[in-house]
Amino acid sequence: MKNGTEAIILAAATFLAFLAAAGASDDLFKAHAWVLFFILAATTVVLFRRVEFAPAGETFPPKDTSGYMDDVIRYGAIATMLWGIVGFLVGVVIAAQLAWPWLNIEPWFNFGRLRPVHTSGVIFAFGGNALICTSLYVVQRTCRARLFGGNLAWFVFWGYQLFIVMAATGYLLGSTQSREYAEPEWYVDLWLTIVWVAYLIVFVGTIVKRKEPHIYVANWFYLSFIITVAMLHLVNNAAVPVSLTSGKSYSAFAGVQDALTQWWYGHNAVGFFLTAGFLGMMYYFVPKQANRPVFSYRLSIIHFWALIFLYIWAGPHHLHYTALPDWAQTLGMVFSIMLWMPSWGGMINGLMTLQGAWDKLRTDPVLRMFVISLAFYGMSTFEGPMMSIKSINSLSHYTDWTIGHVHSGALGWNGMVTFGALYYLVPKLWNRERLYSLRLVNWHLWLAAIGIVIYAAVMWVAGITQGLMWREYDDQGFLVNSFIETVSAIHPEYVMRMIGGLIYLSGALVMGYNIWRTIRGDLREEVPMGSVASVTRIVPAE
Amino acid sequence: MAFLDQHKKLERNVSLLFVFSLIAVLIGGIIEIVPLFYVKNTIEKVEGMRPYTPLELAGRNIYVREGCYLCHSQMIRPFRDEVERYGHYSLAAESMYDHPFQWGSKRTGPDLARVGGRYSDEWHVQHLAHPQSVVPESIMPSYSFLKNAVVDTKHFADHLKANRAVGVPYSDAMIENASADINAQANPDVDAGGLEERYAKISVRDFDGNPEQVTEMDALVAYLQMLGTLVDLEAYKQNENLR
Amino acid sequence: MDYSLLRQFADSWGLLYMFVLFVGIIFFTFRPGSKEKAEKIAQIPLNEDRNNGGK
Repeated sequence: MKNGTEAIILAAATFLAFLAAAGASDDLFKAHAWVLFFILAATTVVLFRRVEFAPAGETFPPKDTSGYMDDVIRYGAIATMLWGIVGFLVGVVIAAQLAWPWLNIEPWFNFGRLRPVHTSGVIFAFGGNALICTSLYVVQRTCRARLFGGNLAWFVFWGYQLFIVMAATGYLLGSTQSREYAEPEWYVDLWLTIVWVAYLIVFVGTIVKRKEPHIYVANWFYLSFIITVAMLHLVNNAAVPVSLTSGKSYSAFAGVQDALTQWWYGHNAVGFFLTAGFLGMMYYFVPKQANRPVFSYRLSIIHFWALIFLYIWAGPHHLHYTALPDWAQTLGMVFSIMLWMPSWGGMINGLMTLQGAWDKLRTDPVLRMFVISLAFYGMSTFEGPMMSIKSINSLSHYTDWTIGHVHSGALGWNGMVTFGALYYLVPKLWNRERLYSLRLVNWHLWLAAIGIVIYAAVMWVAGITQGLMWREYDDQGFLVNSFIETVSAIHPEYVMRMIGGLIYLSGALVMGYNIWRTIRGDLREEVPMGSVASVTRIVPAE
Repeated sequence: MAFLDQHKKLERNVSLLFVFSLIAVLIGGIIEIVPLFYVKNTIEKVEGMRPYTPLELAGRNIYVREGCYLCHSQMIRPFRDEVERYGHYSLAAESMYDHPFQWGSKRTGPDLARVGGRYSDEWHVQHLAHPQSVVPESIMPSYSFLKNAVVDTKHFADHLKANRAVGVPYSDAMIENASADINAQANPDVDAGGLEERYAKISVRDFDGNPEQVTEMDALVAYLQMLGTLVDLEAYKQNENLR
Repeated sequence: MDYSLLRQFADSWGLLYMFVLFVGIIFFTFRPGSKEKAEKIAQIPLNEDRNNGGK
């Protein structure tokens, strides 16, 4: 029987969701349990339709398990692309809401409920799928071994998608712990823990059964990302639920301790989810695309240990001049500044990998994407330590400068490196000769780059404007601006920011089209990159 | 040298890599977080802090649910302009019963740490329901649905119990009367039954102008009106001078 | 726990420990004998297409 057990387990889970909906002690939990019920019920129906029985006395031929397990990675690549577009789209919507508040539709589509959908959508749905999908691809190739655990990888994939959908629907309904980037409530957190442990088992298991004597450094980064995110997730989400039939929980920590735990988590969501994991991606795909080994393998080892050791200390820079004790703030600042070095170590290592192959940039827009990504990584890891200096932070904190900084990292570094990896992966995974169109990749590259530059520049201006207006005094020693004047002052920047985001989104749509055509197996007839289109049209002199 | 060969093990052994990575990422967190629980002067002693009343806690949960913290901080930094704009800088003790904390990270709107008592109840109700009718340039979403949403008091004792489990000193009497206290605080006509003895500095009144029901608007305004009003800052300043 | 005691420890032994560890790791990684091996490991991603998973 094929898919039989899975379908039965799902049916049982659907029934449990029904019980949760029936027994819920608050309306919010009830509504969310119904959401879960309908998702699981639909999945159960789909799976039952796929149950197959072997004819009597026979068995199914055993599945071919000799090669790499790439089906789940193909799903991951598509999920990354789709969630990316969703996440960017919600970002554009909430940017528009900040410019034109009448776009808020209470209660479900107010800014306060949509904003976590955007942040989690981009970080965990887009970034998370990119990390899971590329890590499972890279670990197989660099270990020369098939994924460990058989269908466990499928559980990780679908389990993670369920986490995403439950988190997002929860936000819209109003289910949140109010911990930035860790908003899902206790029951969704528990589910993610299970999925994450399965992911760890698949990943480590594959390393254990490798045929390659050494563990390539990309896997170090991926592994540290998986371990650290597990640690952060468990500690930061420690909470006591009101009851087992209530969706609400109260954090185990209060006030100062709660704030530092949250930002220890929050900053390392950046450090390990968005940095270490994506560096793992970089250490595989940049050498691959350039067809050269990484510039200095030994530098990558130093880079690894320095980065993971230092990053974890940087959290308190989110709490400068607050009621957090001074010693913790100073410690956070000092380590944040030190972090500049390993960060640039990684950037240099990535960029210098192209040494001797710089000419490829002329003809290969995918490689260009990686280079721009690394450039943005370098920029944000310079800006970050700078903003963690207390005196600069006193101006930048609470303003849109922070938002601009985050986006130059997320759109520039994480977005671009993911796009590059997907452009590399899709033709390989679907056995295509090449991408549908390299020229479209180039279009995507420029749309994305222009979008980011507009976004980061106007948010920087908006942030500094706000910061300066808040502290502006007149000759008599009175504050010059009421708060609302500082809001109206940055309206033009908010509009520009939305346009920047829209341009970035349109780039992602171009990519979606390109990927879709590539998967279909189409090849666009086009003038190769690097040659000028008009050259071919020059009529030879007679 | 023999010990140099050990490195090969690290490069080849995934469990060692696992353990060393875990150690590397544990150190920073332990050194920064653990002392906050044990070093005595992390939270200075102040007069006046008490747990939230059930109505305030219900309002606080609405504040969390609607993501208010995404645009409003509750943490005044010790700068001249912030202290003039928002009031005395925030003290660690003022959020000692906040599970979770609501310091926020962004000021798309103003800080709310000491917004309590600055505006009338009517102002808050009007502003929450239709922000632009009070502040034309405001970019805040409207929350008029709160006026019609009735506060769910059924299992509210469980909320206080969960808070007690994480260290908030709710007494047995407070837990026992949790649901009744919600009604009593929002409706002056109801017999308070010792509510004001249980919670110091409490405001008992109909917050949303609708005496028929206890709505989420009542709860949220009750919460906003008590923010930053508990601690006697004059007494604190004296202590500060003593040091 | 006393703040100044912890601070004193961090400023002396803590600092020394981290510094030694840092220098140690640098020395360890860049010791002369490791170059050749590092270069071999760096080739792993590039070799993989030639023998894929035993297929």
